Amino acid sequence: MLYRAHVLVCNGTNCSLKASPEIQKEFSRLLPEYGLDKEVKVVETGCFGLCEYGPTVVVFPDGTFYSGVKVSDVREIVSEHLYKGRVVKRLLYQVPPAAKPVQVYPEVDYFRHQVRVVLRNCGFIDPESIEEYIARGGYQALGKALTAMTPAQVVEEIKASGLRGRGGAGFPTGLKWQFAARADGSGPKYVVCNADEGEPGTFKDRLILEGDPHAVLEGMALAGYAVGAHQGYVYIRGEYVLSIERLERAIAQAREMGLLGKNILGSGFDFDVEIRLGAGAYVCGEETALFESLEGGRGEPRIKPPYPTDAGLFGRPTVINNVETLANVPVIIERGASWFRTLGTQKTPGTKVFTLTGDIVNAGLIEVPMGITLREIIYNIGGGIPNGRQFKLAQTGGTSGGVIPPELLDVPMDYDSLAAHGSALGSGALLIIDDSHCIVDVAKSFSFFFLHESCGKCTPCREGTLQLHRIMERISRGEATRTDLENMKALAQAMYVAPLCPLGQTAPLPLMSTFRWFESEYLAHVVGKTCPAGVCPVDGTAARAAAGCAAREV
Amino acid sequence: MAKVTLTIDGRKVEAERGMTVLEAARLAGINIPTLCYLENLNAIGACRVCVVEVKGAKALQASCVLPVAEGMEVWTNSRAVRASRRTTVELLLSDHPTECTTCIRNGTCELQALAESLGIRRVRFEGEKHGGVPDESSPSIVRDNAKCVLCRRCVAVCEKVQSVKAIGPQERGFETAIAPPFELPLADSVCVNCGQCTLVCPTGALHEHDDSELVWAALADPGKHVVVQTAPATRVTVGEMFGMPPGSVVTGKMVAALRRLGFDRVFDTDFTADLTIIEEGYELVHRLQEGGVLPMITSCSPGWIKFIETFFPDMLPNLSTCKSPQQMFGALAKTYYARKVGIDPADIFVVSIMPCTAKKFEARRPEMTDSGYPDIDAVLTTRELGRMLKEAGVVFDALPEEPYDDPLGVSTGAGAIFGATGGVMEAALRTAYEVVTGKTLPALDFQSVRGMEGIKEATVNLDGTELRVVVAHTLGNARKVLEAVRVDPGRYHFIEIMACPGGCIGGGGQPIPTTDEIRKKRIEAIYRVDRDMPLRKSHDNPVIKVLYQEFLGEPNSHKAHELLHTHYQPRYQYAQL
Repeated sequence: MLYRAHVLVCNGTNCSLKASPEIQKEFSRLLPEYGLDKEVKVVETGCFGLCEYGPTVVVFPDGTFYSGVKVSDVREIVSEHLYKGRVVKRLLYQVPPAAKPVQVYPEVDYFRHQVRVVLRNCGFIDPESIEEYIARGGYQALGKALTAMTPAQVVEEIKASGLRGRGGAGFPTGLKWQFAARADGSGPKYVVCNADEGEPGTFKDRLILEGDPHAVLEGMALAGYAVGAHQGYVYIRGEYVLSIERLERAIAQAREMGLLGKNILGSGFDFDVEIRLGAGAYVCGEETALFESLEGGRGEPRIKPPYPTDAGLFGRPTVINNVETLANVPVIIERGASWFRTLGTQKTPGTKVFTLTGDIVNAGLIEVPMGITLREIIYNIGGGIPNGRQFKLAQTGGTSGGVIPPELLDVPMDYDSLAAHGSALGSGALLIIDDSHCIVDVAKSFSFFFLHESCGKCTPCREGTLQLHRIMERISRGEATRTDLENMKALAQAMYVAPLCPLGQTAPLPLMSTFRWFESEYLAHVVGKTCPAGVCPVDGTAARAAAGCAAREV
Repeated sequence: MAKVTLTIDGRKVEAERGMTVLEAARLAGINIPTLCYLENLNAIGACRVCVVEVKGAKALQASCVLPVAEGMEVWTNSRAVRASRRTTVELLLSDHPTECTTCIRNGTCELQALAESLGIRRVRFEGEKHGGVPDESSPSIVRDNAKCVLCRRCVAVCEKVQSVKAIGPQERGFETAIAPPFELPLADSVCVNCGQCTLVCPTGALHEHDDSELVWAALADPGKHVVVQTAPATRVTVGEMFGMPPGSVVTGKMVAALRRLGFDRVFDTDFTADLTIIEEGYELVHRLQEGGVLPMITSCSPGWIKFIETFFPDMLPNLSTCKSPQQMFGALAKTYYARKVGIDPADIFVVSIMPCTAKKFEARRPEMTDSGYPDIDAVLTTRELGRMLKEAGVVFDALPEEPYDDPLGVSTGAGAIFGATGGVMEAALRTAYEVVTGKTLPALDFQSVRGMEGIKEATVNLDGTELRVVVAHTLGNARKVLEAVRVDPGRYHFIEIMACPGGCIGGGGQPIPTTDEIRKKRIEAIYRVDRDMPLRKSHDNPVIKVLYQEFLGEPNSHKAHELLHTHYQPRYQYAQL
């Protein structure tokens, strides 16, 4: 059936928490009242991105972008825009309020500077409809691979594309696939999608799965074909209720259409996917701990080597890729490696999806070419820092990354450039912090996170995260000495190299990174016994009183 | 095996492919300190004490789990390595009670030794310590988590060797604690009390429940007649508590030492081991001839008993109904012996010296009171005895060799070999052969059931009747045997199970360290004891003959059943919450 107009109601987790399901129902209720139900279709989409001003509603074909829509606004959109063809101006994006309202979404700065490859369907299709995915070219890549490419050619294409793991480590995906493809084939191999997105401030995998679950499934099937695996698992956080629901539906639909299961598209290739729920431990995002958990054990990292491509899940060769990595795969196969290389940088082609949060005007989900600078992200897409405050730092890569101070605003955002400055691109968190915050207070929240999330298996992490946090607490209370700082540095040096897995090895990174760029602010606490931002309880008496009566955090 | 050449600390070292860097270094005479590592049992790279620097690797690597590779360049002692190691051990110490002087492992603690060898003189880090109150719920084993370094050797031995899995890591991060599921008390868990965890624990976090104070009190009580029995395996191990080499036979010195402590009579569990052979042997013959439940399985090892009660309750009818030699001794001490010496059994205090922590649990089983009194009043492990002797100032080396007291100190070599895996089987076969065939056994040594192999099968010809037997030690092997029997119940006639590796000589109450090398030496010593005994068959024990004449009547008589046999109870495998 053909429609005159489509109303896309964002139903990602952020908008749905702000009543987007009710908005959608209201549209469905009111359209027949105006006799429009045969002419206008309401589509529930995944995250469209500009979460700060959700719920968002986009009306096609024109692309009119309504933000901050309430249930009570729906009648006006229906009666004015859909019935009479008059845009409801008061609901257009207008930030700051003095600015000129923007009518269509491609003209909103937030969208104008983005390049959407992974998010190509997010916000545009009903993620619960496999037909809509297929209509936008979905499963073309799988069809192409199964009918016109050998598994080795698929591996080669991914290698040639230069795609690197989007979970944070940036390992070349094609190389990983090649290892798995060449590994012992005497038994089963597995493809695992790592959807245990645990970095604080990161929720891009969640929104990708909510918005376009089939892209990830197609990527998994392609990985399976490339390496000779017939079973895939999505290990996903149990809290991601909506992602799980949509993924389950997507798997069922794909099976029904013969796009998963036995003899896919009549090619003789079998591949199926099951979902496994995580229970929320941060360390289970580490691939070997994830395997332990997936197998039913305690989530603790394994010793490497052997690497997953030799002995991963159930001791068998396993490709484990992040959600975003897998969502890139179908486009690369469909459009080719050389196309992919036109995006991003030489060493890191492609795009990166970030969740832009914190002290920023336009918080939300964004996708940008690799190599873009933080300045461009903050000021062109993000709309700058609100409330007239100054940019102080950005935390990239979640708690495991370093920080980016104002000095580094023009460093290209890619794995190697950020690593060279002691930071990390990470999994896709981009937490913007303004100058109202105290660096010690910020760092203390990082140290607490690691104390809370250490699995407890190895000594330096289990004991070291406690010591780091206690030192941070002392600094914050104005009780620390220079010896504490020396001990913190020595401990950090040991922790970079001694722990068993990356969790412990990166635990000191945010502290050392903040110390490096904001040493004077640390010293103000330690030597001057003052908190320049006025956040920390540096006053000794107050601190002692607080320590005496307040429950300790751990 | 293919060889690889690597460089360790600047020296070319040859190693076999598949070896770890730790193994290669040790072969080359380079010592890398370890803590969580335990040969053949635990290599998990958790403590990070054994870290080394490897050329090309960003982080330090745990040498216990790092495979050697051709051309690898390793530094075990660089500045970075030493700094990391010191920091790691300081961190462990920052979270460890500083009560070495009063710790049960003072002097045998591996953390103490590590800190000493690394020359740690101060701890830069301070803060709260994990742990809490020790779990003393079990009569056998105390868990003092405050002293736990989370090396997980206990978890490994419980799971991999014993297949019990009573304990594991609970909680996470700094809160991580080795405990039964749901952090229940050990007494409410599937723990079988074997105490193997206490042998592998590097610190005082897991140790035997110390009952020495009970014994000191009884010895000091003039109203008590205190008798002691010594288990077969203790005579080849207690010397190690005084620095004697493993495999030293110290039977006479141990008897003398016990007299110095003030025991009124020093008796021998070997005597009731002989008695067990008679009772169990007749029970087996009876089952064979009368179509009883087969295979019959030995019942001397209390860790094993709780294991089968918990994990194979359907197979309890296969167990011999015989009490263990320890309990038989107690039952006789408070009846036959009490009557003989004219002492009110209420005034007799029976102490056992055992290689075993599970014996403490066994002694407290409510059914072990057939005489109207508890069979056993206190159980001491070899380690507790060693410590009591030190406290009493006994110079063990200088003691003369003294004989056991009559009458419950008379035994044969068959009783002695109860202390090693295969020993109960061999002792039983020596007697069964002669009882069934009426002929003299041509060769006493049944080599096929001896030694450290985990499961040993044999077929014995009893004058035309084939007796199929199997011997298993460790509960992991016991599990395998029972699973095989479930599939094929006719596979064996008679099964010997000992819970601990190597049998009682490797028991959970034995001196630390107890390694496979040491176990082998203790086993050799046990067979030397047997070889040097004038009598080597239980049915030749003259006191046993008198015992039946004067008191029990005949084997498996009503009285024997009343005092020397018992029954078992199914137990829950999962916590009853």
